[in-house]
Amino acid sequence: MTSRSPEALVGTRTSSRGDKMDAAGAEPRQRLVEVEHLRRIFDVSKPWITRLLEHEPRRHLKAVDGLDFKIDRGETLGIVGESGSGKSTLARMVVGLLRPSDGRVFIEGIDMAATGDPAARRDVRRRMQMIFQDPYASLNPRWRVGDIVAEPIHAFGLGTGQPNGEPKKPPKGAITARAGELLRLVGLDPADARKYPHEFSGGQRQRIAIARALASNPDFIVCDEPTSALDVSIQAQILNLMRDLQEKLGLTYLLITHNLAVVRHMATRVGVMYLGRLVEIAPTAELFARPRHPYTRMLLDAVPDLAMSGRARTPVGGEVPNPIDPPPGCPFHPRCPKVIARCRTEVPQFVDDVACHLAHDDRNWLAREGATARG
Amino acid sequence: MNAPLLSVKDLRVEFATRRGPLTALDGVSFDLAPGEILGVVGESGAGKSLTGLAIIGLLDPPGRIAGGEIRLKGERIDNLPPEAMRRIRGRRIGMIFQDPLTSLNPLLRVGDQLVETILTHTSLTPRGARERAIALLTEVGIPAPERRIDGYPHEFSGGMRQRVVIALALCAEPALVIADEPTTALDVSVQAQIIAVLKRLAREHHAAVILITHDMGVIAETADRVAVMYAGRIAEIGRVGEVVRDPLHPYARGLMAAIPTLEGRATRLAQIPGAMPRLSAIPPGCAFNPRCPNVFDRCRIERPPPLAVGERRAACWLYDRGDAPAPLREVVS
Repeated sequence: MTSRSPEALVGTRTSSRGDKMDAAGAEPRQRLVEVEHLRRIFDVSKPWITRLLEHEPRRHLKAVDGLDFKIDRGETLGIVGESGSGKSTLARMVVGLLRPSDGRVFIEGIDMAATGDPAARRDVRRRMQMIFQDPYASLNPRWRVGDIVAEPIHAFGLGTGQPNGEPKKPPKGAITARAGELLRLVGLDPADARKYPHEFSGGQRQRIAIARALASNPDFIVCDEPTSALDVSIQAQILNLMRDLQEKLGLTYLLITHNLAVVRHMATRVGVMYLGRLVEIAPTAELFARPRHPYTRMLLDAVPDLAMSGRARTPVGGEVPNPIDPPPGCPFHPRCPKVIARCRTEVPQFVDDVACHLAHDDRNWLAREGATARG
Repeated sequence: MNAPLLSVKDLRVEFATRRGPLTALDGVSFDLAPGEILGVVGESGAGKSLTGLAIIGLLDPPGRIAGGEIRLKGERIDNLPPEAMRRIRGRRIGMIFQDPLTSLNPLLRVGDQLVETILTHTSLTPRGARERAIALLTEVGIPAPERRIDGYPHEFSGGMRQRVVIALALCAEPALVIADEPTTALDVSVQAQIIAVLKRLAREHHAAVILITHDMGVIAETADRVAVMYAGRIAEIGRVGEVVRDPLHPYARGLMAAIPTLEGRATRLAQIPGAMPRLSAIPPGCAFNPRCPNVFDRCRIERPPPLAVGERRAACWLYDRGDAPAPLREVVS
């Protein structure tokens, strides 16, 4: 196994595991983000007095339970999962809005939580931004759009485009011009800077949120369900805009969504989460053509089919269990059509990009089973 | 087609405002045969939910039916007094809402809610009603119904709650069920199960279903026919297969092309410029004309009626065979 990312290794750490070459991996790419053993546990215990009277122990919810993945520069990593799978918790930890209980997030080899250098931390913060699901809640209704978009410029003391080394207070005219430029970049009118968020529709508000995210010249944008509050025709506009901006500015995305079709359209690689763990990660085309984890297969089968091709579908059973009290062994085993005895007791490790005992024994087992079942 | 179970003709819903009435639904017409599933699809504000609420008589003031008629088995139901309408609701028309938690009373056991509904609408004894409730829960796929019937709504998961709501809607064997976004609040894997239940029950009970959703995929899987709505009007209505594969109305075409699919990573999604107009600013002529790629002069002045194209109807001047305009407009048959 070869390491393809000399840059990522600069700094405080060395890679604990070798990297697998993916199908497309011909030339070395730059590693931008590295997530290592990331965990977040929430304490959901009842109040102390209730626990005392009812003899209840503390209860913990493992929202994210040991994630490892990497994102290369310029790619879009999609993370899909159902509600309660920990997708949004993951997004918030990656951008630093939520402190991990355990594990680390490296941006170009710098661990934001551990680095002692405030300037480096600030620079990392500047280089990653987030777009949220609800464009009605993520914009301050009392601020003018121009001020909303300019806020990161002020916050990071940026000038007219060159990060760092600029005077603390850049000239007002330059900021207005930059805000106007950003609005034009996302398909709005620079004159819109004087308006308030309520004067815009949902899709336009999401454009404003994107302009704000771009204001600090980020490399990396975490998008948490960026289009799930929008209608399909508006969704198409926003997804196209995101693709255009990626091409123009060389952005890297972490795209969190429950919508498999959106991920299929946008992502270069896809990770599937279930109850706080990654069950599978693969290049997009491969994941959709040959899922290796039964849960991935189930998700793909469950999506209503617009083409009405009448493809064979395994009926889906059950629902996502309560994450406070996950099943022992493989968390998916109560719903898994292929369950074996080992799944009930032994938690499958995430090895070779998949967390399934059967897939570990035989790499393409599911694809083969599918072929025989359908034939 | 046999006699329609439900016939909606030229339905018009208005909201009174200080600046005069706003027309939220305008000229909505369709028929529904017994046992048929009609999908109603459109973006937010297109009037999907209002159509359902108008049929079942639950429009909140200041909204009101300002024109047209709704007939259930030939009888007009749009102008009934509230008491008569209440007897139709639940007994002859069932309703399933988006959020199963708000459709159930959190303080009552699931069984009590079912039994109450059954007793209201049928002549069963309380014991018989309970048996029927258990049978219904079994039918919608709730495991161990004898035990679960005494549970409270909060003890059920989202998917199970929606099953209970479906069971509630079916208590009196209604001839028509209106399901407004029944799967929107649910995860995909659960959504597939609920769609399957809905489809099976409609077939087994010969109930007609109006399935209102913004998800074209759900419609494609479930419905027989689909009505695509835009700005309070039906842009196109026809068999699902035809509308999905070869939409006629430019809006329907744009909508289908804008939906990302599982098939592949196209470079770009087709996009319709702009957004749906507000009710207060619906343009004259065709409501879609400012966004339409095929717009011509007539679209800006004259409003297109639903025009017959094969078995379909599309409200678009592109399909006007100028030579015979009068008979072509007689399309509500």
